[in-house]
Amino acid sequence: MDFDDTPEEAEFRLEVRSWLAEQASAYSLKSFDDLSFERQLSLGREFQARKAERGYAKITWTQELGGMGGTPMQAVIYEQEEEKYNFPTVFFAISLGMPIPVMRRFATEAQQQRYLKPALRGEEVWCQLFSEPSAGSDLGGIRLKAVRDGDDWVLNGQKIWTSYAHISDFGIIVTRTDPAVAKHKGMTFFFVDMKSPGIEVRQIKQAAGGGEFCEVFFSDVRVPDGNRLGEINAGWSVAIATLMEERFAVTDAAGGGAQLEDTMHFLRRELGEGDGGLDDPCVREKIADWYIAESGINNFYARLLTGLSQGQLPGPEAALSKIVIARKLQAQSADIMDFCGPAGAIYPDFQVSRANDYRIAWLEAAGYRIAGGTDEILKNTIAERVLGLPGDIRVDKDIPFEELK
Amino acid sequence: MNFDFSDDQKSLQDETHRFLRDRCDLSVARIVLDDQQQAYSESVWQEMVELGWAGIAIPEQYGGIGLGYLELCVMAEEMGRFLAPVPFSSTLYLFCEALLNGASETLKQEILPQVATGKLVGTMAFAEGFGFPGRDRIGVRFEGGKLYGDKWPVADAMIADAAVVLAVNEDNEPCLCLLDLDQEAVHRRQLESVDPSRGQGGLEFFGAEAESLTAFEGGSDNSGWQLFQRVLNSAAVLFAFEQIGGADACLAAATEFARERYAFGRPVGSFQAIKHKLADVYVGNQLARSNAYYGAWALATGAEELPLAASVARVSAIQAYEYAASENIQVHGGMGFTWEADCHLYLRRSRSLALLIGSSGLWKKQVTRELERKFV
Ligand SMILES: Cc1cc2nc3c(=O)[nH]c(=O)nc-3n(C[C@H](O)[C@H](O)[C@H](O)COP(=O)(O)OP(=O)(O)OC[C@H]3O[C@@H](n4cnc5c(N)ncnc54)[C@H](O)[C@@H]3O)c2cc1C
Repeated sequence: MDFDDTPEEAEFRLEVRSWLAEQASAYSLKSFDDLSFERQLSLGREFQARKAERGYAKITWTQELGGMGGTPMQAVIYEQEEEKYNFPTVFFAISLGMPIPVMRRFATEAQQQRYLKPALRGEEVWCQLFSEPSAGSDLGGIRLKAVRDGDDWVLNGQKIWTSYAHISDFGIIVTRTDPAVAKHKGMTFFFVDMKSPGIEVRQIKQAAGGGEFCEVFFSDVRVPDGNRLGEINAGWSVAIATLMEERFAVTDAAGGGAQLEDTMHFLRRELGEGDGGLDDPCVREKIADWYIAESGINNFYARLLTGLSQGQLPGPEAALSKIVIARKLQAQSADIMDFCGPAGAIYPDFQVSRANDYRIAWLEAAGYRIAGGTDEILKNTIAERVLGLPGDIRVDKDIPFEELK
Repeated sequence: MNFDFSDDQKSLQDETHRFLRDRCDLSVARIVLDDQQQAYSESVWQEMVELGWAGIAIPEQYGGIGLGYLELCVMAEEMGRFLAPVPFSSTLYLFCEALLNGASETLKQEILPQVATGKLVGTMAFAEGFGFPGRDRIGVRFEGGKLYGDKWPVADAMIADAAVVLAVNEDNEPCLCLLDLDQEAVHRRQLESVDPSRGQGGLEFFGAEAESLTAFEGGSDNSGWQLFQRVLNSAAVLFAFEQIGGADACLAAATEFARERYAFGRPVGSFQAIKHKLADVYVGNQLARSNAYYGAWALATGAEELPLAASVARVSAIQAYEYAASENIQVHGGMGFTWEADCHLYLRRSRSLALLIGSSGLWKKQVTRELERKFV
């Protein structure tokens, strides 16, 4: 039993490390807060282009496709090393996480030639147009209509919560093409050019203050039939394949919140020996609780990676990490605020970084518990797909979509 | 990354599982539970001894099989799963650990072969009534080669032949002493506990002959205390495996019941309140298992992080097992609250394991202390 890399893995890790170290001075900033959004994005694109040049943008893809023909384990090693820095990669996470793998799977050869590499290089950004005002967890409830007209389809309706739609060049979208059949049987999947006439993107201000997600309105937007991914009315299976693509990512067990080590120094420094400081028994118990959860996740990853290193892909049990991390981030951030007393509610002047601040994380965590599958949906996944408990009763299963509430 | 047990270790686990399934299912724990006079299952323990299990982790030069901690971990998981009512943990995780880490060569040569052949059941006596012994809260005294005072509760006190006892010596320093329990100056008394399937008792010493274990790490002042801490850390990891075995059994039982029991025309396992509860149990069990592996790694490799890894493994295992055991009853409904159903056996065991070598509050303190050493 060990945590060691195989010799090949170790070699790859070294290679990645030295490459990242070279990039760090130009692209890994302590904070991006002082830069304009445009500047952040253009730095991001530059770094992404360099990544793609090395095949690091999609490590498991062949070199022809723009990858490096690597193993899933190498992809994880790269992520682990990249995560030690603060590179501006956030703009491409969704783009390369789901839309682009779906294009790889369902688009024609010529389309793949045209679209994959520019996305890997960060020149073009893709978004995922799934959720609608009346359909989130229940993706099968989408209403945005697509009607055939000659060689085109005409799209009308609304998508919502689309992350980074405002900077996206393309998007993948699920539409309703046959409302007269049961909900899962009348959907069709496309990709769309976000600059098409009739598309309007409006940023939505999030509860935590950011504006990274948008609502997207479609009015008579024409999409060529050639942009269809999968068969007509078989969009559900393409959508499921997309969601399955949600590749196994080893995310930071601190969930992007404050690192425990920094927090302990902070408490020692700011709260001294009094209440809320490191000697306060209430504080000490919370620190133990946080670490036990964090260590549980890190060691859970170590077990999954052991399988991955031997060629086994993780199954649905991997869903547990987001449940644990997001809840812990929320609770731990609130605990730290508690320790600070009334001042815990006050934002500092962020001379260092907003990114890891517990006050910011406390709010962001609320969204983390929803994005990419809510806590409740993930628990259903574990109960049904890991423990084999019965699925929920579906009252809408065999009813034509247009007759549903 | 190779954060898993080896194929050989897994097949040892299977072998242990099969033996326990065939020879020591829950009906055995239940016999001990129901019969006040039985402190353990003597026949199952004898069979285990014949298989060499009493000496599984004792080095060959002392007559054991000489396997390591990782092997002990996988066996512990199965012992926990089947609630085996035998002095495996007292003898192996506590008594032998103390001797292996602290005893002189002569003592090891004298005692360990007796353990391996099953002639000697051992235990460790540290608690003295309410509370957990701290450095300066040890009442039992070791003076002129003799022990005086009272220890309770002590696991397997009624059946052990020898014990390692935490005492203070003439210099008021903590020390661990070895003594033969079959002497007149030792009085044993049986104690009733919440978990009667694992016997406990009290040991009172009226000048009982004992010898101090050799000092740990060259005889520094607190060597006895360090040795005691070392034994607790090893035991924390090994007990964590018993706990995750038990927690796993609870989840399996609850899941199976939830699939088969119908209410309102559907399996109760189709109600989300039950599904989410069981998903929560699963999550807790997985975290505990992952942390137990971390403890196993630290123990097996002699890593410096052992005190941290052991405390994390222990708290995680306590939480997971107690949650799994109580929700197992909840999922079973009224049936779960009967003497006849096995649910309460796990509930009782989860509680007694949560207490035996110190409860979660105590071990959380160790987590934070170790983190402070590491980070601050
Ligand atoms: C930060 C952020 C970024 C996002 N980015 C994108 C994006 O890029 N593209 C995109 O398409 N979407 C995106 N989303 C949308 C996200 O996928 C949905 O918000 C999410 O799936 C929940 O759907 P909903 O908001 O409609 O809530 P609902 O589905 O209406 O859920 C409301 C509540 O009911 C619960 N619930 C619903 N169904 C069940 C059930 N079967 N069992 C138990 N409880 C249930 C939910 O858990 C929740 O608590 C994003 C969301 C956030 C917060």
